[in-house]
Amino acid sequence: MLDILLQGLLLGSLYALFALGQSLMFGVMRLTNTAQGDFIILGGFAAISLAAATGLSPGLTVLLMAPAAFVFGYLLQRFVLNGTLGKDPLPSLVVTFGLAIIIQNLLLEVYSADPRSLDAGAVALDSITLGTATVGTLPLLTFGVALAATIALQALFSFTAIGRSFRAVSDDREAAQLMGIRPAIVYAQATGLAFVLIAIAGALQAMRTTVSPADGPLLLLFAFEAVIIGGMGSFWGTLLGALLLGCAQQIGFRFDPGWGIWFGHLTFLLVLLVRPQGLFPKTR
Amino acid sequence: MLLQASAVTAAYGDAQALFGIDLEIQAGEVLALIGANGAGKSTFLKALTGLLPPKTGEIRFDGQRIDHRDAADIVRLGIAMVPEGRRLFPSLSVEENLQMGALSRRAGAWNLERVYSLFPILKERRHQPSTSLSGGQQQMVAIGRALMSNPRLLLCDEISLGLAPVVIREIYAALPALQKDGMSLLIVEQDVQLAMQVSSRVVCLQEGKVSLSGKSGELTREQISAAYFGV
Repeated sequence: MLDILLQGLLLGSLYALFALGQSLMFGVMRLTNTAQGDFIILGGFAAISLAAATGLSPGLTVLLMAPAAFVFGYLLQRFVLNGTLGKDPLPSLVVTFGLAIIIQNLLLEVYSADPRSLDAGAVALDSITLGTATVGTLPLLTFGVALAATIALQALFSFTAIGRSFRAVSDDREAAQLMGIRPAIVYAQATGLAFVLIAIAGALQAMRTTVSPADGPLLLLFAFEAVIIGGMGSFWGTLLGALLLGCAQQIGFRFDPGWGIWFGHLTFLLVLLVRPQGLFPKTR
Repeated sequence: MLLQASAVTAAYGDAQALFGIDLEIQAGEVLALIGANGAGKSTFLKALTGLLPPKTGEIRFDGQRIDHRDAADIVRLGIAMVPEGRRLFPSLSVEENLQMGALSRRAGAWNLERVYSLFPILKERRHQPSTSLSGGQQQMVAIGRALMSNPRLLLCDEISLGLAPVVIREIYAALPALQKDGMSLLIVEQDVQLAMQVSSRVVCLQEGKVSLSGKSGELTREQISAAYFGV
């Protein structure tokens, strides 16, 4: 039982990385990025190509990708997504849905439908024995990254000037403009940050398993479920929601290999039914 | 001349709200803008701050054209607003709200310490969520937040609305100190008597036009009610 929970937490931490970017973008500008999963897969493929081209280790590859991902997210928000924001959520849903289709087909064109993975070297095979359970080094590393990302985001929001701007513009866009904030820029910064998380998540997904162009929508579902289970209030909520989702899936997997994802969905629906505001709906 | 608006028109979509407003504010002056609900007072302030750029007409601030400048630029030039309904950031503490005001800060004397000495109660409450304060205290935060940018012109939109008379007096008592600094004030106020007391000049709007303007002490009750209601 302990082993199942441990594996669930480790799996969930990867989902947390899928979900944190989603939570950030929704929190700052009420934008639901339905291409989240496809951008993660795009990040995975980008990491694979970059590692192959440069011969760098996966860690250095991610480090190299992070600033590029920020710029990519910044420009995407500034010149595409900002135009879709408004009282009506439909334009942003439609546009990100369109982006999802474009990314899937682009990846299919460039990489074909074959699953690929990012060779993490020895880290992928190493494991540590904790009491009676054995855990892989890579999942443990993923857990550490997810925890660090959550702490960093929460600290950024709580203690820095840019975090204050994120919260202010989310609270009241017009009043924030009166303070001299340019919402278009603040939104672009938030999406830039979300894309750094997306790049990290993509690379880790490609290391843990394989990525193929059609994987995106399922990852979006996990991210979305984690955010809803946790409640839209805080990054801690997102992390805990993701961990819970991971545990639910692991328990399902233990009954039957086909039941894991189904158990995750059931948990999600149960939370929606019992606590539609999520388990930890504290505002930032 | 600190601010000069000439023939300003503005509209929300198809609904025109301002029909050619001419208005001037001198440096150091307190001007009261009065008028019935829907006369265009708040719309005019939105036009000044860049939240609703004018359709036609010209606004000059210290000689510089500011109509069609971004709201963020206009704060930096020295126009700050205390918006109607206070519009504090609910997820920020009192002090964080004040710090937001300093984001586009000009050089000047206003800082946290000075706001706290103007409204000492805010210092005691500085780490509380802004939503936990009373209405009057929230209004103090809204005023302090605007002051943090060191404005040359402070726009106050209905700062007495929904407050008890004793609280209103306390808040208005803080205003003369600002004027002493050379700051100009444009005060939108429903309470005409109060508006007359605190201002040196009054401009009345009616249906998006200036219906009356003059020195506060020299206008008669009849003139004002005619300008106010159009009777």
